[in-house]
Amino acid sequence: MRDAPMTTYAPTLAKSLSTGRGVRLRKAKSGLAAVLVTGSFAVALVPLVWLLWTVISKGLHAVTRDGWFTASQRNKTYTDPGGGALHAIIGTAEQVALCSAISVPIALLVAIYLVEYGRGALARVTTFMVDILTGIPSIVAALFIYAVFIGTLGQSKAGWLVSLALVLLMIPVIVRTAEEMLRLVPNELREASYALGVPKWRTVLRVVLPTALAGIVTGVILGIARVAGETAPLLVLGTYTPNRNSDLFHGPQGTLPSFINDQTVNASSHGTYQLGADGKPHLVHNFAVDRLWGAALTLIVIVMLLNLIGRLVGRFQKISD
Amino acid sequence: MAKRIDVKDVDIYYGKFQAVRGVNLTIEPRSVTAFIGPSGCGKSTVLRTLNRMHEVVPGARVSGDVLLDGEDIYGSSVDPVNVRRTIGMVFQRPNPFPTMSIYDNVVAGLKLQGTRMRKHELDDAVERSLVSANLWHEVRSRLKKPGSGLSGGQQQRLCIARAIAVQPQVLLMDEPCSALDPISTLAIEDLIQQLKATYTIVIVTHNMQQAARVSDRTAFFNLAGVSQPGELVEMDDTEKIFSNPSDKRTEDYISGRFG
Repeated sequence: MRDAPMTTYAPTLAKSLSTGRGVRLRKAKSGLAAVLVTGSFAVALVPLVWLLWTVISKGLHAVTRDGWFTASQRNKTYTDPGGGALHAIIGTAEQVALCSAISVPIALLVAIYLVEYGRGALARVTTFMVDILTGIPSIVAALFIYAVFIGTLGQSKAGWLVSLALVLLMIPVIVRTAEEMLRLVPNELREASYALGVPKWRTVLRVVLPTALAGIVTGVILGIARVAGETAPLLVLGTYTPNRNSDLFHGPQGTLPSFINDQTVNASSHGTYQLGADGKPHLVHNFAVDRLWGAALTLIVIVMLLNLIGRLVGRFQKISD
Repeated sequence: MAKRIDVKDVDIYYGKFQAVRGVNLTIEPRSVTAFIGPSGCGKSTVLRTLNRMHEVVPGARVSGDVLLDGEDIYGSSVDPVNVRRTIGMVFQRPNPFPTMSIYDNVVAGLKLQGTRMRKHELDDAVERSLVSANLWHEVRSRLKKPGSGLSGGQQQRLCIARAIAVQPQVLLMDEPCSALDPISTLAIEDLIQQLKATYTIVIVTHNMQQAARVSDRTAFFNLAGVSQPGELVEMDDTEKIFSNPSDKRTEDYISGRFG
């Protein structure tokens, strides 16, 4: 008796396994979805590859020329060939370094507070504030610093004011990533530490932070990448100079974005022209255009190097697990 | 070394929710006490109140007394950090610190408590703890390797070594074998038999055979009723609980009639 239903069902089952309208329809849907997903990926890749190709092809020979990393644009006009980006690299590096030195500790402490200690109203307000800060346009951050330091306190434009504006942009990026990474640390590790009689602050410092370190470093590097190419604060709070100035606190200071801007603004009117056979001037070479692409490439390479270092730190961390 | 624990009229709450009510029991030094009972009956919760680990959960609180050799561990001047140094704990899932080597895992408690120790003192502590945890011979040649590279059973013994490295008086084990295979379980059970010569051991287990094998005394917990808090039904010598329990509910549970 018990076998009877089995024998009646078996042929139906075998049939529905191989053929059936439902199956064909589902296969078609699956195929369509695969094409859509792969296609979207390819489409998304196009602008990235295009951008990289443009920057590399136009900027490479400026960067590989002698003196790009050792000279400034001192005494170079826009029609002169050569010169380097050292003044801009120094400015960007210093401003980003000062910005990081202020942002990283503050952002880490905020993230630790939110994940490990924050309860109730204060934590909610903090999260809300970080959300708002994330959405602030960079020009608004720059204008705020301008209003406070230049408008009210009577300071003059300088690199450190740019750093302060960048701090406002960098803090929320690092808080967000660090917060996520700290939340990923399993509670079991905290409990294991508490159960050994380790106080909470030491648990956070010696167990939670090291476990989340790779992710936090990635967050910091993302934050640096975010601010290194920022332009609005430079335009509002900094002044460009083609000369080297490694003093963050006095005088105008070149940076990579403002170097790009300077060369771009002046490139069109400073090309080298020659009269052609048709009696019209033809553009022979525009050294300012070379330099602006070179500076763009330098900026991208610096950010990519930082990313690479972040990845390596992450991998190193994983290996030592 | 080993100390005795008296639990008197303990009620445990998570916020407004009462998880456990009216627990009275005594845990004898140098013995193994097993907590058994169906899921959700509060046996792990009771275990965690014994070293104030339940406080880690926001909103958890306890009324009643828990006395360690007569001293109330919930006294107003008592630091929970010190309680946990005296009463160690091993968890359900092995949880070695992933960023640390085997060596550093064992001395993690000593180092993180802020104790200053010389290199040879630490070396001694590592060897002593790993020998006690029956792990020394398996790992002595790779102490600098990460602890997370060990097998599950080895990781759990590493966690036991880490817990006993700080020389606690009492060792609480919250289902220490439930994530392990039978061979590793046997290794841990043998270890428990050795450790009870030195420590007071309390073990929560879902496995009644395990309770019968390793423990001297057994406490049976159960829910007082549907959506009621958990309670201690009875506690007696393990032999008596498993052969001739005085409460009908205990008999039903161990004979497999429910739970």
